[in-house]
Amino acid sequence: MKITLNGDCHDVADTLTLEMLLQANGFGGKRVAVEVNRQIIPRSMYSEHAIRTGDRIEIVHAIGGG
Amino acid sequence: MIQTENDTLVIAGRSFRSRLLTGTGKFKDLDETRRATEAAGAEIVTVAIRRTNIGQDPSQPNLLDVLPPDRYTILPNTAGCYTADDAVRTLQLARELLDGHKLVKLEVLGDQRTLFPDVVQTLEAAERLVADGFDVMVYTSDDPLLARRLEQIGCVAIMPLAAPIGSGLGIQNRYNLLEIVENAKVPVLVDAGVGTASDAAIAMELGCDGVLMNTAIAGARDPVLMAHAMKLAIQAGRAAFRAGRIPRKRYASASSPIDGTIG
Repeated sequence: MKITLNGDCHDVADTLTLEMLLQANGFGGKRVAVEVNRQIIPRSMYSEHAIRTGDRIEIVHAIGGG
Repeated sequence: MIQTENDTLVIAGRSFRSRLLTGTGKFKDLDETRRATEAAGAEIVTVAIRRTNIGQDPSQPNLLDVLPPDRYTILPNTAGCYTADDAVRTLQLARELLDGHKLVKLEVLGDQRTLFPDVVQTLEAAERLVADGFDVMVYTSDDPLLARRLEQIGCVAIMPLAAPIGSGLGIQNRYNLLEIVENAKVPVLVDAGVGTASDAAIAMELGCDGVLMNTAIAGARDPVLMAHAMKLAIQAGRAAFRAGRIPRKRYASASSPIDGTIG
């Protein structure tokens, strides 16, 4: 299925949890925050949250800034 | 012994010994960020919230590895946001990122050339964030009426600019800052515009409770040494403010006694 991840289109497996998506991209256990369709998903829900086709997902982290 | 131990900066009920808050942008690398932050003696550091790089090596060191949240108070910042919506959304993500952390810096910009704050959007975002339980430190213009309004909304610190962000022009309107400081019941921190140590000292001598800076340190030829200079300037300016300066006079007043001069 197709999803939008951090603004770019990605083709991913049809059955996928948010936790699997994070792990596949190297963010497993990392300090990130996630929005799916503008809804923040709490860390505790990652393993239960199913990704659906067309989802718009944002994965953010803290970087240097003023 | 000079008493400075009890002279703490209190923001939203939390006490800090350092009145120098530093940004973490524009440094050469994370090691320089860490060394400059340590030299500044900063306890509160701002960070930006940005998209992760998908497809890049995720094992690279992270900012929060060198500035761990158990040692520093991380102040997520909405730099780069131009609408209240984006700012609120960014800080809600930051709260999730930092395990429910409530203390944030709100900054809604209005113009790319000046990076002046959009005060209408800032007011709207501040109201929404306060209602959502955030402790909001707010970047604003040096307008005393606006500062008062932001305090009334419930912001925990007012942070007027001294000059445009990154300009290094120093304190441009010390009378406005003085007016904001004298009216405020929450801490007032100069945020943006400082160029060198004397600028920071002037802000503190005016009675500001602290200064937040990034470019003045990160952009200096030797950022770590400038961080050290800023730390001393903040301490000197604060002590001078507390000590109470002499009034300005137009004519001289001799330092030595007149009595007993020879001749």
